[in-house]
Amino acid sequence: MSASAVRLTARGVTHAFHALTVLEGVDLDAAPGEVTVVIGPSGCGKSTLLGILGGLLAPAAGEVRLAGAAGGECLNPITYVFQDASLLPWRSVAGNVSLVLEDTPLPASERPARIAEVLAQTKLSDFAAAWPKQLSGGMRQRVGIARALAVRPAVLLMDEPLSALDAQSRALLLDDFAALIARASVTCVYVTHNLAEAALLGQTIVVLSRRPGKVRAVRRIEQPIEGRHPEDPRLLEVQAELWELIRDDAAKAEREIAGADA
Amino acid sequence: MPTLEGMVPFRARGFAPRDIPAASVGTLIGLLALWQAAASFGWISTAFTSDPFSIGRALWILARSGQLWVNLWASLQRLAIGWVVGTVAGLALGLVVGLFTVARSPGMAVVSALFPVPKIALVPLFIIWFGIGEGSKVATLAFGVFFPTVINVVAGIDGVPRSLIRMGQAFNMSWRSIVLKIVLPGALPVILSGFRITTSTAIILLVAAEMIGAEKGIGAFVLEAGNLYDIDNLLAGLVLLSVIGLVVSWVLGRLERALLAWR
Ligand SMILES: Nc1ncnc2c1ncn2[C@@H]1O[C@H](COP(=O)(O)OP(=O)(O)O)[C@@H](O)[C@H]1O
Ligand SMILES: [Mg+2]
Repeated sequence: MSASAVRLTARGVTHAFHALTVLEGVDLDAAPGEVTVVIGPSGCGKSTLLGILGGLLAPAAGEVRLAGAAGGECLNPITYVFQDASLLPWRSVAGNVSLVLEDTPLPASERPARIAEVLAQTKLSDFAAAWPKQLSGGMRQRVGIARALAVRPAVLLMDEPLSALDAQSRALLLDDFAALIARASVTCVYVTHNLAEAALLGQTIVVLSRRPGKVRAVRRIEQPIEGRHPEDPRLLEVQAELWELIRDDAAKAEREIAGADA
Repeated sequence: MPTLEGMVPFRARGFAPRDIPAASVGTLIGLLALWQAAASFGWISTAFTSDPFSIGRALWILARSGQLWVNLWASLQRLAIGWVVGTVAGLALGLVVGLFTVARSPGMAVVSALFPVPKIALVPLFIIWFGIGEGSKVATLAFGVFFPTVINVVAGIDGVPRSLIRMGQAFNMSWRSIVLKIVLPGALPVILSGFRITTSTAIILLVAAEMIGAEKGIGAFVLEAGNLYDIDNLLAGLVLLSVIGLVVSWVLGRLERALLAWR
């Protein structure tokens, strides 16, 4: 598969829910084929930003642009992996993947092969016929990523896909996700509040301040994603740096009463 | 400070009622047997009541003479047509109200205003409009089924998680696909449980409408038996209604199990 050559750029993105300003003048550059991690304390507007990046929310001000050529097989240029997986409970694992292929130009005859391929990539082949309710949280997220990979996205937007999981499932999935993202070579924006995930996946790390979210810092990690190790001292150093940047904000965000400043 | 010694007592007893299927059947058979005994041994007067054997015999005679089938068929036909018409119309309006802003407030206003009107009160009006024949009866049922169906379909659609609809949009699914593959299946559990309410409403209205002006049908039959102080036949009619209710509820249960296996 050819690497995604699509760049996603946000300029001056500002958003408010009623009187609550959530994002203020956010600029973001997601370079083609790279993973851009957005990190920030909870409630700072990360999901809102991702919604705006993917065209699910209209920003109050600012704009988001795509530039570049998507691969020839691309069926849905901007594709999401949601925090809660968002699977249809009345469709099997395979049915959930099929769902997003049914409205596309992919011939129905090629659908089963495509489904089998992404289920194999996400280690779900044995669970094709299972209902979502039978799966663990980690397995559901695997379905979420299988579904996203099935449409050969140019841009992959991931909203804290591991945050609802226990630490062990998270560690297992993180390894797999890193490999899958690296191999699919999409332009990826990965939102998290987890420093370890940021250091393991990020090539560019955008640090947001607490609400209203503004860009506090942008950090590069040149090391390729595949082969990164959680105990790597350089990555631990990055984590420490990131923590320095967000600690005060995180502490304040924790004490905030939702909507108190609205 | 009190000293603690000995086994930790188990404290989590009770608050976990279980179903025992044999007990349901047993209770019904026991009650029938008790009733029969009470009548046979003269504990209760049979002048104004009856007993299970007499009711059974009445049903047998009705079946042999063909009267049972004529009335049953008339009632089932009205029930089926009235319920289907009301349900289809209710599904259609419920969908429109559930999906479109322009229809929502106007639709809900009309439904809310008409829903509380006891539908039986409309029978005289429908007789004027549709005549004393089948039209007025079917219309009464359809009308009675229509409003709760609309309300249920709207509630079902409102209950579909927006996140699933956003997911569909994020994958560029067409509007039609989102409605057919996300909204409707998501609303189905609520819609199906609404069917339980609308079918029992329909049976109530069926009997009421048949009592107001019909020659055939279980409602008419029960009314006539009452006028003749024929308690065996009157209760035989009630048994038929109960059986219809049980069969409908069984069918709906099967339907739910088949369609909602994923839950
Ligand atoms: N649809 C909405 N309506 C009103 N407030 C919202 C809505 N969505 C999010 N918010 C508020 O906006 C802020 C940012 O939310 P979100 O983007 O979900 O933060 P994050 O993903 O960083 O935790 C939060 O305070 C949240 O309560
Ligand atoms: Mg979020």
